[in-house]
Amino acid sequence: MFSAPPFWENGPAPGNFYNFPNLQPQVQQPQDFRQHSQSPVTTSTSLVGITYDKGILVAGDLLASYGSLARYRNCPRIVKINENIILGASGDYADFQYVKDFVEQKVISEECLDDGLALKPKSLYCWLTRILYNRRSKMDPLWNNFIVAGIQDGQPFLGTVDKHGTAYADKVICTGYGAHIATPLLRDSLDKNPQLNLAEAKALIEKCLEVLYYRDARSYPKYQLGIIDVEQGVSIEGPLEVPQKWEIAYHSKRF
Amino acid sequence: MSSIGTGYDLSASQFSPDGRVFQVEYAMKAVENSGTVLGLKGSDGIILAAEKLILSKLHEPGTNQRIFNIDKHIGMAFSGLIADARQVVQIARREAADYRQQYGVSIPLKYLNDRVSMYMHAYTLYSAIRPYGCSVILASYEDGEPTMYTIDPSGVSYGYHGCATGKAKQAAKTEIEKLKVSQLPCRELAKEAAKIIYLVHDELKDKNFELELSWVCKESNGLHQKVPDNVYQEAERAAKQAMEADSESDTDDL
Repeated sequence: MFSAPPFWENGPAPGNFYNFPNLQPQVQQPQDFRQHSQSPVTTSTSLVGITYDKGILVAGDLLASYGSLARYRNCPRIVKINENIILGASGDYADFQYVKDFVEQKVISEECLDDGLALKPKSLYCWLTRILYNRRSKMDPLWNNFIVAGIQDGQPFLGTVDKHGTAYADKVICTGYGAHIATPLLRDSLDKNPQLNLAEAKALIEKCLEVLYYRDARSYPKYQLGIIDVEQGVSIEGPLEVPQKWEIAYHSKRF
Repeated sequence: MSSIGTGYDLSASQFSPDGRVFQVEYAMKAVENSGTVLGLKGSDGIILAAEKLILSKLHEPGTNQRIFNIDKHIGMAFSGLIADARQVVQIARREAADYRQQYGVSIPLKYLNDRVSMYMHAYTLYSAIRPYGCSVILASYEDGEPTMYTIDPSGVSYGYHGCATGKAKQAAKTEIEKLKVSQLPCRELAKEAAKIIYLVHDELKDKNFELELSWVCKESNGLHQKVPDNVYQEAERAAKQAMEADSESDTDDL
């Protein structure tokens, strides 16, 4: 029986792409799209937090990096939650925005109840541990290190939660590279002088950010400083500038 | 209500032959049994006032509030069944939260009013459910613009400069009409609102009541909240003085 030869041998079926022979696809298509959330995308680097005699300082730069690219240079990540809490985040910026949105909604919902109670720092800290632990248990973590700073019962509170839900409170907390570079500096100063005042704490934080800016390639000289004070309440200062002295680079033999 | 018992009032999903939905009208009756609530839109914001009738002396002051926060910038006052109203409050809060989650800004009152009124209207359409036994007043202050709506159990809503629902709504509306509401600032309106609530309160039928006052205005930075204590006391004093002056002139006439 006569039949026409195949119209286009070895060619793609209508609507499909031609597969070149002997050419394996270079990039594996992701099979499980959930895997996407197992690494951060647009990230921000260290946060530095320290308790002083009447409150807490938290500082973090304004950069959101895309890998090693300094992608967005005005991304605030220290926010006021209410009159006695500030929240800072490092890690995935989108995850931070997501968390910030629902924390803010919670604050509004609680304000609506009009019972004279406001969210407290330890409550937010505990709540965040539950959320982050729950998400890591679903193998879909929120890729952040959070710092919760606040005043509760007249006492400063400084706590951190990581993407696994691991949490601790301390007088000095730094995230990201800061945990390795700035924490020792801060702890050392605090050992020598346990009762810092605001000006000393500010100077210390500035010093840490300067060191971090020289050492951490994902950092940026523009930063925000969140202050929560027993008497003055919450203020978020910035953008501030890290002092830079590049002449010292010539003294380093390693570069 | 001549058609009572003709069988057309058993369901909200059926009209009567003369084109009425009795269940909705009964719901309006439920609203008229509760204390008066009013809203006044002034030059720089809105005042909500409620006459909260105290049914038992054993109640703590401040319970069964009649004015609620829906969002930072939106307040809701109701008259009617409190349990029904609480459900409306809940859905209004949820709509406000949903809107903020989706669009990242607070919900304009126009949209909230649309959503809540459609919700209440849906409850007038089916035989298995009854309409809400409450009317609500929604008030907001957005970008220097005060906005106020009321929604009835039927689901209709109108925007108002001054409105009242509840037991003495007619008397209250007459009083509101005497004022030039849109020219008065909120501090003045707080006094006027308190005066009206005191005036329309029927001492013979309902002995005790608590005055609730809230505002959303320039002075409160666009937030809906209870009026500050000093404003409240000033308003209450003005209302009591007006009542005394009123009763004195009454005795003069005799």
